[in-house]
Amino acid sequence: MTTGLKEEQPLGRIVVITSGKGGVGKTTSAAAISAGLAQLGHKTVVIDFDVGLRNLDMIMGCERRVVFDFINVIQGDARLKQALIKDKRLDTLYILPTSQTRDKDALTKEGVEAVLNELKEEFDYIICDSPAGIERGAQLAMYFADEAVVVTNPEVSSVRDSDRVLGLLASKTKRAESSDEPVRATVLLTRHDQARIDQGEMMNVDDVLEILAVPLLGIIPESTAVLRASNVGTPVTLEEPSNAGRAYHDAVARLTGAEVEMRIGSERRPGLFQRLFGRTA
Amino acid sequence: MSLFGFAFKPRRARTAQTARDRLQLLLAHERLGSSSAPDFLPQLQNDLLEVIRKYVAVDDDGVEIVMQREDAMSSLEINIELPSESAPKGAAG
Ligand SMILES: Nc1ncnc2c1ncn2[C@@H]1O[C@H](COP(=O)(O)OP(=O)(O)OP(=O)(O)O)[C@@H](O)[C@H]1O
Ligand SMILES: [Mg+2]
Repeated sequence: MTTGLKEEQPLGRIVVITSGKGGVGKTTSAAAISAGLAQLGHKTVVIDFDVGLRNLDMIMGCERRVVFDFINVIQGDARLKQALIKDKRLDTLYILPTSQTRDKDALTKEGVEAVLNELKEEFDYIICDSPAGIERGAQLAMYFADEAVVVTNPEVSSVRDSDRVLGLLASKTKRAESSDEPVRATVLLTRHDQARIDQGEMMNVDDVLEILAVPLLGIIPESTAVLRASNVGTPVTLEEPSNAGRAYHDAVARLTGAEVEMRIGSERRPGLFQRLFGRTA
Repeated sequence: MSLFGFAFKPRRARTAQTARDRLQLLLAHERLGSSSAPDFLPQLQNDLLEVIRKYVAVDDDGVEIVMQREDAMSSLEINIELPSESAPKGAAG
């Protein structure tokens, strides 16, 4: 049961997955990234900060096993150990679900800090799945972060919100308020659709990066594999290989400091029809 | 779709059916209010600890509650870790 990981001090790195805008792929990314990290052998926990709208449990496929949640722990009704759900596929992966019944005021800064401090003693990576918006819930999810993954779609309102969030990361976090190094922020471009970019309908990667001016963690293509994975409750990185899965694996490697060449995977295999109709362009 | 359909026939099992089944199961429980189960579970856990402590010394961490929701019934599995006399405290687990 114990893996010997406890011998060394765990990394204890807190990573928030945030975006401002809703529905851009935060939960999908939090699940995929945490499973990817765990696959590499890093002891990882993923926390659902979206109080009242529990979803991470379904994406991770552990919805039937929720007994206690994050709020129970914060309010002292359960021990952290009892609320953590051990993933059935990976030894190194744990999920801390949120409450479906409470509201987001149940989270307190002190409570969140206590839980995160306890998790730091055990885990290499603590992935925080932020709720949408820039209100209290989102601010608490980012407050203690060492690192932030700003999930962005190549679309005006998403980029604008990402910019707001980058501003918050630089001002309203513990690192910003202390003299520590600032939160390390990167952009994860998701639902990237090369065909629509080629048609000039969608901004390309360079457009987005130029505007946001932070490093790129990865480019996740629009992919049917994401829906399939959510149907069965498996993070897309644990599903059979797909372009989205591969792109998340690359992003995970970069998160751990590896240098991986950026590639743009497209689920549509755009060459196909061109070949069928004999176009050589 | 029909022209090229054969080439794209899903080799995989239809995942939409799985999604539907998972949701039905989960929502049935949530609507019944059995999602509020966690509300009495902390109290249950404390009561159990209290009763058990009349007989043996157990850690606060020594009680583990595991729930598994299924179609026909749900089960609640309660594991109580009884400390062995010789084991140093906190070494279990
Ligand atoms: N790369 C992708 N390709 C196709 N669909 C995607 C992709 N990423 C996310 N989606 C879909 O987008 C929807 C929203 O994703 P998700 O729940 O991860 O977003 P979110 O940012 O967590 O939303 P919220 O703000 O509500 O928490 C889901 O239906 C998901 O399947
Ligand atoms: Mg979400």
